[in-house]
Amino acid sequence: MSQKLLLNAQELDIILHRLACQLIENHNRFEKTALIGLQPRGRFLLNRLSVILQDHYGVKDLKIGLLDITFYRDDFRRGDEPLKANSTDIQFIVEDINVVIVDDVLYTGRSIRAALTALQSFGRPASIELLTLIDRRFSRHLPIQPDYNGRQVDAIGDQKVKVMWNENDGEDAVYLLKNES
Amino acid sequence: MNELSVDHLLGIKDLTKEDIQLIHKTADQFKEVINRPIKKVPSLRDITIANLFFENSTRTKLSFELAEKRLSADVINFSAAQSSVKKGETLIDTVNNILAMKVDIVVMRHPNPGAGVFLSKHVNARIVNAGDGAHEHPTQALLDSYSIREKLGTLEGKKVVIVGDILHSRVALSNIYCLQKLGAEVMVCGPATLIPTHIKSLGVKVEYNLRKALEWCDVANMLRVQNERMDISYFPSVREYVQQYGVNKELLDSLKKKIVIMHPGPINRGVEITSDVADSDQAIILNQVENGVAVRMAVLYLIASKIQRND
Repeated sequence: MSQKLLLNAQELDIILHRLACQLIENHNRFEKTALIGLQPRGRFLLNRLSVILQDHYGVKDLKIGLLDITFYRDDFRRGDEPLKANSTDIQFIVEDINVVIVDDVLYTGRSIRAALTALQSFGRPASIELLTLIDRRFSRHLPIQPDYNGRQVDAIGDQKVKVMWNENDGEDAVYLLKNES
Repeated sequence: MNELSVDHLLGIKDLTKEDIQLIHKTADQFKEVINRPIKKVPSLRDITIANLFFENSTRTKLSFELAEKRLSADVINFSAAQSSVKKGETLIDTVNNILAMKVDIVVMRHPNPGAGVFLSKHVNARIVNAGDGAHEHPTQALLDSYSIREKLGTLEGKKVVIVGDILHSRVALSNIYCLQKLGAEVMVCGPATLIPTHIKSLGVKVEYNLRKALEWCDVANMLRVQNERMDISYFPSVREYVQQYGVNKELLDSLKKKIVIMHPGPINRGVEITSDVADSDQAIILNQVENGVAVRMAVLYLIASKIQRND
């Protein structure tokens, strides 16, 4: 397994600030907007974005939540690995608000499909957008595209994109992992 | 560990501590689900579950049915009163007939101890025991321990007394196994006639004095006096039972600490516990009912996740 650095800490920081600014451009003071991170890995990106929005751009009363999609996945009883549920924490009804789904890597689009279904359990949002840090284009199984995107990556088949966060993995970086052949 | 070590839920005796903890953790997520505006997830939409109740039940059946429906499973119900069992059909034949309609999981309550084990060896479906005679009632023990964990944070080192008719109670046996596996100390308390002779071999304490038992414990699980299972008189009169083993507010208030009161239902108000105790803030009886749905969802979800789809 070899790994190639796609983004270092500084590049990641620039991208996070850009994504935050793009969100402000469309959502202004976030009165009617909620950011919802997908468990387990979307949580870190969500936390970073919410810190930047509040500390650097003075956004107040930002509504954030965490959504676990385990019970909505379409591969239940299909894989070798049993699915493990994480906690969901959404303390508000999403009725008539603009939801931005936040996740680190967009790959096949199936998680986002599950998240769209799961969100319906919390009400009828006015709109739903998608923010991802890495978009693995050319590998989509469903017609799903991000509205806000950090970096597009052309990764094929057995390659993996690994997003590392300082608070969890010890460094801020994005790697492309490939099998040596 | 993300998977149960068993294929069927026949009794707590077969489960490991990790199994019970996995069920509790999964139930945490389902408890969040059933408090959403829309209380349903699509996980089991391609699973069919048959609820076979060869013995009367209201709350367990409702709780299972609700759990199944909130997981989007297809549900069929069968109760002995209106079935061919009365016409002389055997258990295996009845169940095989139902399975021929492509059922994946059977939830069964049966008056004979071991009915679930027997069935699991003879039919090709996953079995969840919803009570077999005076043997086990695993989901009740799982929801009882879940409710204690929710209230006290952990079971480790906690002292639980089970009061009442231990002899006829499947809830007592399953609870003893479950609580001990999770590291709690268990005591049983009741009239000598309703305590099985060899209960000490399970490693539980026995106490015949209710006040002493309550002073010892953190949690008291009050069992119902099961008049329908009593073939002879085990105590002279209900009045005497109430005087010796009924919990009332004065008794609770005279204890040094605030203990948690549980009851698996249905309550005989004024017998095991008085109304003011049942409705007090020390009682978590209705929490047990709510948790019952979440715990049963977790059990069904985890059992179903081991049925590999082969299309």
